[in-house]
Amino acid sequence: MSAITTSSTVRQEVRAGATRQRLYPVVMHLVMAGAVFLVTFPLIYAFILSTQSTHLGTLVPGSALIENYQDAWRQANMGLLMRNTLIVALSVAVGKIILAILGAYALIYFRVRGGMAILGLIMLTHLLPLPVRIVPTYELLTDLGWVNTFQGLTVPFFASATGLLLFQQFFRTVPTDLADAARVDGAGPFRFLLSILIPISRTNIGALFLIEFVYMWNQYLWPLLVANSDQTRQIQIGIKLLVATDAVIDWGTVMAGALMAIVPPLIVLLVLQRSLMAGLTTATDDV
Amino acid sequence: MVAPVFRNRILPYLLLLPSAALVLVFFIYPAVQSLELSLYRVHRVRGVKLYVGLENFERLFTSTTYLNSLEVTAKFVVAVVFFALAISLALAVGASQPIRGFGAYRTLLIWTYALSPAIAGLIWALLTDPAIGVLTGALSKFGIDFNWRRSQSDALIFITAAAVWKILGYNILFFLAGLKNIPRDVIEAASLDGANAWTRFWKMIFPLLMPVTLFLLIMNTLYASFETFGLIDITTQGGPGRATNVLVYNLYNDGFKSTTGIGLASAQSIILLGIVATLTVFQYRFVSRRTFYQ
Repeated sequence: MSAITTSSTVRQEVRAGATRQRLYPVVMHLVMAGAVFLVTFPLIYAFILSTQSTHLGTLVPGSALIENYQDAWRQANMGLLMRNTLIVALSVAVGKIILAILGAYALIYFRVRGGMAILGLIMLTHLLPLPVRIVPTYELLTDLGWVNTFQGLTVPFFASATGLLLFQQFFRTVPTDLADAARVDGAGPFRFLLSILIPISRTNIGALFLIEFVYMWNQYLWPLLVANSDQTRQIQIGIKLLVATDAVIDWGTVMAGALMAIVPPLIVLLVLQRSLMAGLTTATDDV
Repeated sequence: MVAPVFRNRILPYLLLLPSAALVLVFFIYPAVQSLELSLYRVHRVRGVKLYVGLENFERLFTSTTYLNSLEVTAKFVVAVVFFALAISLALAVGASQPIRGFGAYRTLLIWTYALSPAIAGLIWALLTDPAIGVLTGALSKFGIDFNWRRSQSDALIFITAAAVWKILGYNILFFLAGLKNIPRDVIEAASLDGANAWTRFWKMIFPLLMPVTLFLLIMNTLYASFETFGLIDITTQGGPGRATNVLVYNLYNDGFKSTTGIGLASAQSIILLGIVATLTVFQYRFVSRRTFYQ
């Protein structure tokens, strides 16, 4: 009698377990979909606002979509802002990648007397974020005559300890045979760098490009100080000018402008997120 | 360590020269000048420079404005780091479950990485706008009167929420990468399904994620301290009162909005340097050597 009870309880438990196993993914899907909705809701809300002409705190889309985006494009001079910011983000991303590759290449593939000291010097940049040296850097820029120029917006950002370390780490994992073989075949250091090392560094290049592009696109404090002409103004400051007005702020237009400003870094993120993920998973392997 | 392959006396130095020169000109030289200026009283317009020793530091540490700024920053940074890490860890662990279709969540959760702090601030300013915000509207139905333009504590909550939201994508990306490095059988053994999932997570997964967590702890502290200027400038501008006057915002006002604040601003730069140096030492002691990502 008792044996039968036990076996039926076990059967019940097994059945409950199986049901749970089937239900678990469904429940998790609901949980995660909810989480994604919550994280994305502010953006959806921003989009709804960008379609409204009057804002009454409702979630009903309005009919002013095209009008708001046209207004934002015109008022903020969005075409020029996009061009200016693209110039800066692309130059810094590419410049940093080039300098970082060259530096890491020198340190790994050559005997460099004092290499550790030079590396240490470049690593000091980690200790010195902009606020630590902002007043003198601004004055230096004034002395150089670089206020309201693209040099002023880009050159101070070219040195990259992050990139140098990233490529150093990666070059260490490249088999030495590869370089030896290249040398035996008569390839000079630049041939080896250009035709072998750089192509196999694609993933890291992609990862660094993503990080630096987004970082520069979203710069605020430095452009606020050094780029106040139409010809150099950066997009974050352009958006600020939509808000910093004495007139009544048209939030539909502001949100339209803000959403347009998100598009380029979002595209770069979508295209390169795999590289970044792969770069991260390999970079974290050796510690 | 790879044995040097190519022999060339000059080339490697030429390759390192641009980086080293840029660091010297745009980092070391201005930082040394910050240190020097912090010991002077400077009048920008008149161009007068007077050596005053540590007076600027004394003034800062006796100024209610600066002490308040330190307190506000400490509260803000601790809150941002705690909530940003906790929420992103939970979301990353959820999204990394080996369930069909979960790849989509992994993509959909990292997009806030592309946001700027300023735009995150603007969006949250409207979400919680006292008059037209849909979130403030919902809160008022529960009898909560949320007004960051008037209430000092609400203002701090508001900038914290916006700052956390923006950094979620970055954190989730790193946690996902960290989770990917954990062997599959450990993940499956610790699947959130079933009894004791909570215990198994903390005993098996969390310790393996510790390096990533510590790394993000540092990065989020730096982010909250140094990268949130735009968020504050575009929304609260340090107010109401001085409720959101964080250190960098205070430094900016002294250094660029006042004619006599250059020495004072430089002293603040040096205090910030002390904070970063402490974090960096912590980083090297406990987080081991790994790549820094901005």
